[in-house]
Amino acid sequence: MSKYYLNYLDELESEAIYVLREVWAQFQNPVILFSGGKDSIVVTHLARKAFYPCKIPFALMHVDTGHNFPETIQFRDDLVKELGVKLIVGSVQKSIDQGRVAEERGKNATRNALQTTTLLDAIEEHRVDCAIGGGRRDEEKARAKERFFSHRDDFGQWDPKNQRPELWNLFNGKHFEGEHFRAFPISNWTEMDVWNYIKKETISIPSLYFAHQREVVWRQNSWIPNSEFLKLEENEEIHLKKIRFRTLGDITITGGIESDADTVEKIALEVSAMRQTERGNRSDDKRSETSMEDRKRQGYF
Amino acid sequence: MLDNNQLLRFTTAGSVDDGKSTLIGRLLYDSKSIFEDQLEAVENTSKRKGHEGVDLALFTDGLRDEREQGITIDVAYRYFTTPKRKFIIADTPGHIQYTRNMVTGASTANAAIILVDARHGVIEQTKRHSFIASLLQIPHVIVCINKMDLVDYSEEAFIKVIEKYEEFSSKMLVKDVRFIPISALNGDNVVNRSTNMDWYQGAPLLHTLETLHISSDYNKVDARFPVQTILRPQSDDSNRDYRGYAGRVASGIFRPGDEVTIMPSGFNSRIKSIDTFEGSVEQAFAPMSVSIVLEDDIDISRGDMIVRPNNKPEALQDIEVMLCWLHNKPARPRAKYSIRHTTNEQTAMIQEVIYKIDIDSLERNHEDKELGMNDICKVKIRTTKPLMIDSYRENRATGSIILIDNTTNETVAAGMIV
Repeated sequence: MSKYYLNYLDELESEAIYVLREVWAQFQNPVILFSGGKDSIVVTHLARKAFYPCKIPFALMHVDTGHNFPETIQFRDDLVKELGVKLIVGSVQKSIDQGRVAEERGKNATRNALQTTTLLDAIEEHRVDCAIGGGRRDEEKARAKERFFSHRDDFGQWDPKNQRPELWNLFNGKHFEGEHFRAFPISNWTEMDVWNYIKKETISIPSLYFAHQREVVWRQNSWIPNSEFLKLEENEEIHLKKIRFRTLGDITITGGIESDADTVEKIALEVSAMRQTERGNRSDDKRSETSMEDRKRQGYF
Repeated sequence: MLDNNQLLRFTTAGSVDDGKSTLIGRLLYDSKSIFEDQLEAVENTSKRKGHEGVDLALFTDGLRDEREQGITIDVAYRYFTTPKRKFIIADTPGHIQYTRNMVTGASTANAAIILVDARHGVIEQTKRHSFIASLLQIPHVIVCINKMDLVDYSEEAFIKVIEKYEEFSSKMLVKDVRFIPISALNGDNVVNRSTNMDWYQGAPLLHTLETLHISSDYNKVDARFPVQTILRPQSDDSNRDYRGYAGRVASGIFRPGDEVTIMPSGFNSRIKSIDTFEGSVEQAFAPMSVSIVLEDDIDISRGDMIVRPNNKPEALQDIEVMLCWLHNKPARPRAKYSIRHTTNEQTAMIQEVIYKIDIDSLERNHEDKELGMNDICKVKIRTTKPLMIDSYRENRATGSIILIDNTTNETVAAGMIV
């Protein structure tokens, strides 16, 4: 006898494809926010499936902090070529040069918060009315309240207390000129689901996710990679460790973990036994209890 | 046989006083879904607040305002997985002024957990939550009688709640109701079987959630396929003639070779193939996202519905709806709204409010007909063009609507077609 139900991963996939098709149907000029991280790679893969045999009808938009892992940029460029989609790059360096934002000062200065301005500028410049992101509700408590279709006012801001109710799968993407939406097709996925899906679909991901030898420094309870942007503090020294990254962001703030997992199977196994949340190694989230909520209100990813 | 590896969505309505946050915290904690850094953060906060041990309720902490006020304002979604299933919790506030959030959380749920404080028994709030669960046609309701530790784990207290509950719920339309005596605080019958209540022979909550039969929750009888968008490659030569209707099966089962009718045009055709990225499939059922190719070249656009000729939804312009008003601005009499039904959008007008439900007594009020925030009313709606509808009771996907205010673009109401 045939079975008439989906397993959870197929159901999540089907839901994400539905969301992506709704974005295409309800907006004029949507883009996929592409960071080179696994979540945006999965979203891009889902978009490919949602519109097959057509090409992905969205451009990829990358907000480049200038502090990149070279591997991420190479991966991005290869993928764009393979998919035949347009790439839009918003440059934080350019925003700094133009005086739109100023570099943070001090010991733990990062360009993380500066990305918001660059992102909103790029959205405005390219007349984007919906930016599709790989945000997941399990990542963080402010994200747990996100809608699939999330409204941003004409300053690009999120008002978490005044969100549109979202019932059944009836999404309302109506907006006024100058406002935009963020859409989150993998809202209901967890980190584990993402890895299981990458495994099932054999999706390529940057080599940084796999265990590899790397020069690192111990800082804020995680291994921060050595790079041209890293300034060694007193008492800090460079070690050579076998590590991998659970999330990919700005190279200056993305911490790695010691690991031997060098295949997707091993990573999935490792993640299932993991006792720390994945953003536990992101110093941008450690600044205060509400740092994600505060950044999201201003227009962050 | 177990339905392994399925996704179960459930909603928990209640306030802090019912122990809702503690229950969710307990489920997450005992099913080992809490990470060390989360545990550490909660331990620190518990200590700072002077609590002994870990305050489980803190695992569901939300936005800054909610933390400051100690309440849930909005729906929060939480996730955990056991070897048997993946779970999505829609954690909603239980106070009367948040009816709209309860309705939102209930709209996608397979199951509802309704919390009753064993000391207080069935109260107005219990009735309200049960009414919303039945209004939204949540297939399974689990009444958790909490704080059993505070009534000496007494079977009489448990039975009294069941009797009271069955008394008022007999008129409601919930097919599957279960009762479980628990103590969220101490963990009795949440994940692990309680040793304090030998008189209870049923399963603990988690086991119940893991084994609820949910495969039949989707309507598998009435074939409905709302068209989302049309896939037509432009440049790629090999696929240039492809024309697929992309969408998600709302209900029923479709197979290649099936005769179909396109609504509202009424044209007939046959399914040539049902396609996915991986290739063609032999059948598509809810909630699969697929692309349907037809034998004939017919003009079809977003909002149309592919159905079977011998089982069609009604095409109506005048519909009766149980409407829950979601916005702080009340409904304007005879004003026009956009109505969204599946992928179809039309203009609609609320012609008449038939009655309002008093959400506490559950009585019908035929006098007060203002539709304000959190009100639930039976109304008559007229649309500019026919909608292809089923009753919500028979089909959640094709029996639900939302109203959008075109002057603000906000979603102002949600409705269940009667």
